[in-house]
Amino acid sequence: MQEDIVLTMRGICKYFPGVTALNRVDFTLRRGEIHALMGENGAGKSTLIKVLTGVYPMDAGEIRVDGIENPIVIHSPQEAAGFGISTVYQEITLCPNLTVAENMFIGRSPKKSVNWKSMEKRAGEILENLGIPARPKQQLGRCSIAVQQMVAIARAVDTDCKVLILDEPTSSLDDREVEMLFGLMRELKARGVGIIFVTHFLEQVYAVSDRITVLRNGELVGEYEVEKLPQVALVEKMIGKDLEDLSSIQKSEVQAASETGDLYEAKGLSSSEAEAFDFHIAKGEVNGFTGLLGSGRSESVRAIFGADPVTGGAIRVNGKAVKITKPLDAMKNGIGYLPEDRKRDGIIADLSVRDNIILALQVIKGMRHPLSRAQAEAFADEYIKALSIKTASPDTPIRSLSGGNQQKVILARWLLTHPQYLILDEPTRGIDVGTKTEIQKLVLKLSEEGMGITFISSEIEEMLRTCSRLIVMRDRHIAGELTGEELSQEQVMRTIAGGGE
Amino acid sequence: MKRSGASRFFYNNSQLLIPLIAILLLTVFNLIRDPGFFSVGIAANNNGDPVLQGNLISILNGASELVILSMGMTLVTAAAGGQDISVGALAAIGGSVFVKVLKGGSINGLLVLAAFLACCAAAMVFGALNGSLVSFFGIQPMIATLILFTCGRSIAYWINGGATPTVASPILNAIGSFIPGIPVPTPILIVIAAGILFALLFRFTALGLYIQTVGINQGAARLNGISAKGIKLLSFILLGACCAVAGVIGVSRLGLINHETLLINIEMDAILAVAIGGNNLGGGRFKMIGSVLGAYAIQALTITLYAMKVPSTDVKAYKAVVIIILVIMGSPVVKDAAGRLWKRLFGTRRTGTAGKEAA
Ligand SMILES: Nc1ncnc2c1ncn2[C@@H]1O[C@H](COP(=O)(O)OP(=O)(O)OP(=O)(O)O)[C@@H](O)[C@H]1O
Ligand SMILES: [Mg+2]
Repeated sequence: MQEDIVLTMRGICKYFPGVTALNRVDFTLRRGEIHALMGENGAGKSTLIKVLTGVYPMDAGEIRVDGIENPIVIHSPQEAAGFGISTVYQEITLCPNLTVAENMFIGRSPKKSVNWKSMEKRAGEILENLGIPARPKQQLGRCSIAVQQMVAIARAVDTDCKVLILDEPTSSLDDREVEMLFGLMRELKARGVGIIFVTHFLEQVYAVSDRITVLRNGELVGEYEVEKLPQVALVEKMIGKDLEDLSSIQKSEVQAASETGDLYEAKGLSSSEAEAFDFHIAKGEVNGFTGLLGSGRSESVRAIFGADPVTGGAIRVNGKAVKITKPLDAMKNGIGYLPEDRKRDGIIADLSVRDNIILALQVIKGMRHPLSRAQAEAFADEYIKALSIKTASPDTPIRSLSGGNQQKVILARWLLTHPQYLILDEPTRGIDVGTKTEIQKLVLKLSEEGMGITFISSEIEEMLRTCSRLIVMRDRHIAGELTGEELSQEQVMRTIAGGGE
Repeated sequence: MKRSGASRFFYNNSQLLIPLIAILLLTVFNLIRDPGFFSVGIAANNNGDPVLQGNLISILNGASELVILSMGMTLVTAAAGGQDISVGALAAIGGSVFVKVLKGGSINGLLVLAAFLACCAAAMVFGALNGSLVSFFGIQPMIATLILFTCGRSIAYWINGGATPTVASPILNAIGSFIPGIPVPTPILIVIAAGILFALLFRFTALGLYIQTVGINQGAARLNGISAKGIKLLSFILLGACCAVAGVIGVSRLGLINHETLLINIEMDAILAVAIGGNNLGGGRFKMIGSVLGAYAIQALTITLYAMKVPSTDVKAYKAVVIIILVIMGSPVVKDAAGRLWKRLFGTRRTGTAGKEAA
């Protein structure tokens, strides 16, 4: 094995019933490099990582790590850690009600008796060493998501770690937090750790990576040095064709609300999680809530849908006063809601893709009016095709789909109900670049057909491209509303920061 | 690369493998022991009517209460992710109400119908009580139903003022053993009717989808407009109805209500039937047919042991051994190992890790 190479994977194959997830994929990781693993939804990125960490057995291929003569076989994540391969998954898998130090050491202290004092001391050292802004005795749940993410990384690299894997670590972080995480990644890189970085954010790849490996449909497209692969070429390698120009997306001009009347209007709406606010949306309008994480943007749209217990407010739908206190009320009034946390609030993991698609429509029709098998099949097929959802069959349980494809299924679920007002909280999270554009175009198309859409995204650009009105939240209050000329990155940032004028 | 219809069929129904294997093994074992074990004959009963007889019939007949209870238990398990341990007590309450009403007048068809409806109402009310504790107070099903498990038979005792009254009537005979002119024991027919009712329920409502959704992800169910509390409550009420039917069969077989012994210990067998049927005791996806097969397997085992003249005190111990084997056979560890072995032997692709996430 070459001197500076810490990991090689050769001819890796992995088959699932009906799917070839990996077909003779090669992958090489060098010491002290950040190596981006890129590809469309369902390309096989997560599967490659799960093979490497022993979550799935591979069907063919060979894995070698630095310092060991023969190819190794990895049966479990624990074994992988023994070989110096650690992983931080996208969903944080730590315990929020334990302290930072406890989270860093629990379940892997090799010594029989645990000395908490020395453990806390050691944790303190590691945190300081890596420049992570957390105290050992702090309760983990009190830290921001980014810091929790960093604690998870600290936990992973504390052991003699040669390879660190980060699967979509940044998808729920804001820009500042992403920078913090990158600082940590560079620090580890300087220490000679090889880092595998999976993400759908192209800018981030160019910000930190040294090398890029691209997968498409379970096959290796190639390995490139970052400098030699411009963004356009990368996208082309990922999706196998040119990406349509984003500037082709044209916002439709919204008719003034006074002409069409408000589709939805709330006065003094509040819930257990959101403080009272006023809000309205017109037919065919696309607006958005923006603000830092924790600013109350998700809580506000949840209040609109009745997802959290509603505590007050007057609501009108199409000018008629209605009561919306629970999701079913909202659905009956033609409102749909794609939740932020797909895994917790969206997917019904063990049910088939088909059942997941028809669920909301079925509920609106009512328990006593089941969709026939043929209808359900037709609807599922239609949307699997329309959103090009990658699945072995409509019968496949949704949990075996790739992250991005699960997201598309939930989107399909709400589109199938043909809502008049659709709330999308981070609809493009974990979605690949090609599909992201598709979804933005879809949003604009639906709005042209008269649907009102409220859109939330951590990516401000994405919102600027689609929304004609932005509601900026700060500290759980509406800090300002931007329309027309005011819709610019700087103006949004300024309003978020608090200097509205 | 679509899978063929046949292979998908096997994949979707693989959970039925264990109960089917259990039944097959018991069948083979009994046939080797006694080739005539399953022969079905026709003999005259006390009334001189020709009726079916034989071990097969007694297995099918004897399992009736258990089968009906395990149908309801499947629903509660799937929706609430826990088990109801008060079903025996609930059946005793139902049975007592049934007898109490019958004692109120001279027994005719109308009175029996009234008694049955009263019995159902009572059992469903108590089922709703269990269900409310679980869904509105968030109590673990086993703890919530522990209450009725403990005091249910006392309630049954009070209903008939402490006595164990007998009721005799040709109508009860017809329910508990045979309808004149029909050679099949009535409890078997009742099971078939219950099966058809549930099949219709799942066919003409979306209840199955609702229950599974609630059992898999309660929070997401709510966000999709499903009342998780309501569905759990409903599943307990349906189980209550099952208890009522089981209680009526039990009472009619004996012509009396003994609140202490009616369907005693049946809750454990009902839970086992659900487990052997390959259903996840933690809730979520379910196949009622699996529980039904599981119930018949348990009954076949019991009858086999009795046929082998195992003393009734030892039967439980033997049963426990067989059940441990069945449950281990259905465990993920063994399933995974079997999958790998299969692959090595036949080289075909098979998912051994279907339970793992792919996000
Ligand atoms: N446990 C499983 N059972 C069946 N199929 C699976 C399983 N896990 C993954 N797959 C399939 O393998 C393919 C690759 O999935 P993978 O999760 O690796 O994609 P990905 O590149 O991580 O995509 P994303 O960007 O959406 O996360 C997909 O088509 C997926 O449906
Ligand atoms: Mg993935």
